[in-house]
Amino acid sequence: MNRTTDTHCSSDVYNKNNISIQEKFRQYHSRKILFLTGVSAVIVLLVGVAAAFGSYDLNLSEVYRIIGGGIIVRIFPELTLPESVAGTIIWELRLPRICMAVVSGASLGVAGAIMQGVLRNPLAEPFTLGISSAAAMGASLSIIGGIRFFGSYSVVINAFICAFLATIVIYTIAKSKGMTPETIILSGIAIMFLLDAVTAFMQYLGTAQQVQAVVFWMMGSISVAGWDTVLIVFLIATVSIPYLIYKASDITIIGAGDETAHSLGINVEKIRMQTLAFGALLTAAVTAFCGIIGFVGLLSPHITRMIIGGDNRYVIPGSAMVGAALLLGADTVARTVLAPMILPVGIMTAFVGVPFFMYLFMRKGKEPW
Amino acid sequence: MVKVDINQVSFSYPGADVLHDVTFQIGPGEITGIVGPNGSGKSTLIKCIDTILKPKGSILLDGTNVLKMDSVERARNIGLVPQYGTSAMDSTVFETVLMGRRPHSAWRIRDEDIDKVAETLECLGIKDMAMRTFASLSGGQKQITMLARAICQEPEFLLLDEPTSALDIKNQLEVLDILRTLVKERSMAAIIAIHDLNLGARYADSIVMLREGMVFSTGKADELYTPEIIEEVYGVKAVVLEVLGKPHVVPVSPIKKEPSDQAE
Repeated sequence: MNRTTDTHCSSDVYNKNNISIQEKFRQYHSRKILFLTGVSAVIVLLVGVAAAFGSYDLNLSEVYRIIGGGIIVRIFPELTLPESVAGTIIWELRLPRICMAVVSGASLGVAGAIMQGVLRNPLAEPFTLGISSAAAMGASLSIIGGIRFFGSYSVVINAFICAFLATIVIYTIAKSKGMTPETIILSGIAIMFLLDAVTAFMQYLGTAQQVQAVVFWMMGSISVAGWDTVLIVFLIATVSIPYLIYKASDITIIGAGDETAHSLGINVEKIRMQTLAFGALLTAAVTAFCGIIGFVGLLSPHITRMIIGGDNRYVIPGSAMVGAALLLGADTVARTVLAPMILPVGIMTAFVGVPFFMYLFMRKGKEPW
Repeated sequence: MVKVDINQVSFSYPGADVLHDVTFQIGPGEITGIVGPNGSGKSTLIKCIDTILKPKGSILLDGTNVLKMDSVERARNIGLVPQYGTSAMDSTVFETVLMGRRPHSAWRIRDEDIDKVAETLECLGIKDMAMRTFASLSGGQKQITMLARAICQEPEFLLLDEPTSALDIKNQLEVLDILRTLVKERSMAAIIAIHDLNLGARYADSIVMLREGMVFSTGKADELYTPEIIEEVYGVKAVVLEVLGKPHVVPVSPIKKEPSDQAE
């Protein structure tokens, strides 16, 4: 073992000798902030690229000018801008979709980070906890089962309600067995298989047209009606993500084990329940509007941790940013690569995210970057 | 400088009494070894003292009942070193030890927390691994990191649950040497649940021997480690030698139960 056995310590000696350790740690933290800043810049760039590409191509400087001008006009309503086709395309067609991709990617990334953290399981994500399956069943109930109490919003609201009911069922089952990571994951997987079976049964009974609609919904899509939809998901993210960042330190410690977390003064069961509830809320909101988007919740936290380590004070915002960049990038490719055909974004997230993940995975060493 | 009184601590799982009226005391600068066969309640006792399990009875730290402390107050007073070293995914050694500052600090990492971690890493001789990921450490390095985290917590009372059971003999001695030095230098009180009777004799100032959830006997190792007591508690014929001035138990053979005993 590469260490000395002398344990006679004096604080004077530490202050003199430990500068390098403390400096190393501060430099390590600076690199985390640098990473977050870098991903933010990538998102800004991707927003411009996403807004520029489409059936009506624009150049990047024009896009940023229109977006910047639009923001200023919305902050200072007394100012006005001349109406333009480009402005209408960007603000009314492309930006709602771009913002939805950013907010949804961020929400799924954070949900995955929370689930992997408090359940101490690198495979935990909205899929493995059955939440996505519940949303798919809710959508199928509307599309095939004809349950449409909420008019044109029935698919969305059914998906949301079912996702949240599934969370409550999983919580209730796990609570009766002690709320351990194992009981939560096993309950989630059991619920996932049950609900997938219900969805498959409904598809079996449905017409070809209904089945096609369900399958398309399950592949995920960022096509949104307008700013109202974005606002709902944005508000849920605005409430949930800051709270989860506030609890990030406790989530990290729970990742070291329930007994350790208890001995460090954390109410493990309460924090696990609260954070999972917010994770489920984020997932339910995104899945209800966009369908099932795979890989973002699973990969974003892994990509972030591989680069900046396991401190959730940085992993949670980092996963949000990586998730946002990943989903926005995937959606941009999905709607432009075979234009005018728009591919399901759920397929493209895997095509874009997995190679990058594998690259990081192969180069992973003993020390973080 | 803390005095610990464990008074009539009892704990039951549904349908099974695990601990029954366990009582003993520990003074400052003392290590008490908890020994006993499998299932005698050693780990359960550690969990009860740290209130991971909720026992009956009382656990007094200088007269204050641990069972009535709030979670942060308890965490400032009692540190735990678990049986197996674990940390959060992709955490470094520095970040793992920094977790020990949680009872003393809020969300933001303060300079004094960083200094305290650096001091602890230096003290335990592991500063060179500060930026390595916890997962890349050997078993012994992980266990010393666990000890560092508990020390960084600045507790007056330390609990160790079989901390050396997964280590080779060199790492066992290194971890326990560090523990003994820290406990003496800082006048902490420590309880160590330990399977190895001989390590217990070497490092513990006093021994509490458990059998079937009850205290069979307490005292110095040389008082408790007799062939008769070992046979009665462990069901093993043993020879007790003296090695380096401490009793050294050499198990010879398990005592075969008579058919009539087995029927009971």
